[in-house]
Amino acid sequence: MRRDACLHALAAVRGEAIVVATYTTAFEWERIAPSPLNLPATGAMGQGSSHGLGLALGFPERKVIVLDGDGSLLMNLGTLVTIAAARPANLVHFVCENGTYEANGSHPIPGAGVVDFAGFARAAGYPHVFAFDDATVFAAELPALLALAGPVFAVLKFVPGDPVPTDYRWMHGKATRERFKAALQGR
Amino acid sequence: MPGPSGAAIVAALKASGVGFIAAVPDIWTSAGLLWPIAADDGFRLIRLCKEDEGISICSGLAYAGKRAVLLMQSTGLLDSMNALRAIAVEYEQPVCMLVGLLSKEPDRAPADSAQYGVRIVPGILEVMGIDYVVVEGPDDVGAIVPAIGAAYARSRPCAVLIGRQVEA
Repeated sequence: MRRDACLHALAAVRGEAIVVATYTTAFEWERIAPSPLNLPATGAMGQGSSHGLGLALGFPERKVIVLDGDGSLLMNLGTLVTIAAARPANLVHFVCENGTYEANGSHPIPGAGVVDFAGFARAAGYPHVFAFDDATVFAAELPALLALAGPVFAVLKFVPGDPVPTDYRWMHGKATRERFKAALQGR
Repeated sequence: MPGPSGAAIVAALKASGVGFIAAVPDIWTSAGLLWPIAADDGFRLIRLCKEDEGISICSGLAYAGKRAVLLMQSTGLLDSMNALRAIAVEYEQPVCMLVGLLSKEPDRAPADSAQYGVRIVPGILEVMGIDYVVVEGPDDVGAIVPAIGAAYARSRPCAVLIGRQVEA
């Protein structure tokens, strides 16, 4: 399935959820579903899900969605254990699996096509684990998935789709995080 | 001089409004701080697999207006440099750290320690522009509340370097 098809499906049901997205997916997510409640998690690979955990614990009444990368998650596999142990009911952790370090030349990740991310999450103790490779099925099951008491983990196996324009000034700029803070405070 | 009192540090954290502790165990602070925090209903303890997770968890909590502290050994601080650089310093987030300086000699300042892993810590923090205070004994604990308060007021990281084993 294509990444943009996945993200359009998520955008349709996102509501007021906070979305923490990493790298190339963060650019495409902002293009498809622009919102001050989007936080691009970059600069330190692997930290998106840890940011999501902090946000989920800090805002227990809000849904927090992480759009992690497969290369990013490999840099912080312990996060799966930490999140599963903390058990934030409002956290949904997607890992976007395309098998490459897409933002850094599309080199294959170690273990591409072999690593079982859903197996990692299941073994770490996530109570709900899914894997999708069909956008139609994903769109159909997404509302029920988001209604589960988390933490929820789902692998999204996709191909990139059309090239995604990148804007690292937006991604790293102070204005992006100030916009996020203002939205969280209802300003 | 005895080491700092764990109970006094816990009181300082509570006086600072800290409700969340992200931690990797450190024998320097284990008996005096982490075990009491683990038994204290006034804190939500998040046990980490690796210290750099805690940088981001504290940052996420700060977005929610919740105060947190990352408790770790100096080895964990050194292991978290890039997360600290990006998330706390460049993104200007109030990540507050309690850092045990394992094996620092009681009669030496951190920068004068014979332990390489301790000696380099103050200089690294200074190069990174991260404010820090050193807590060696009971009289130093009073520096914690203003350090945490300033970090949140300025939305900048800070470190509290624990130079002696914390007294239970």
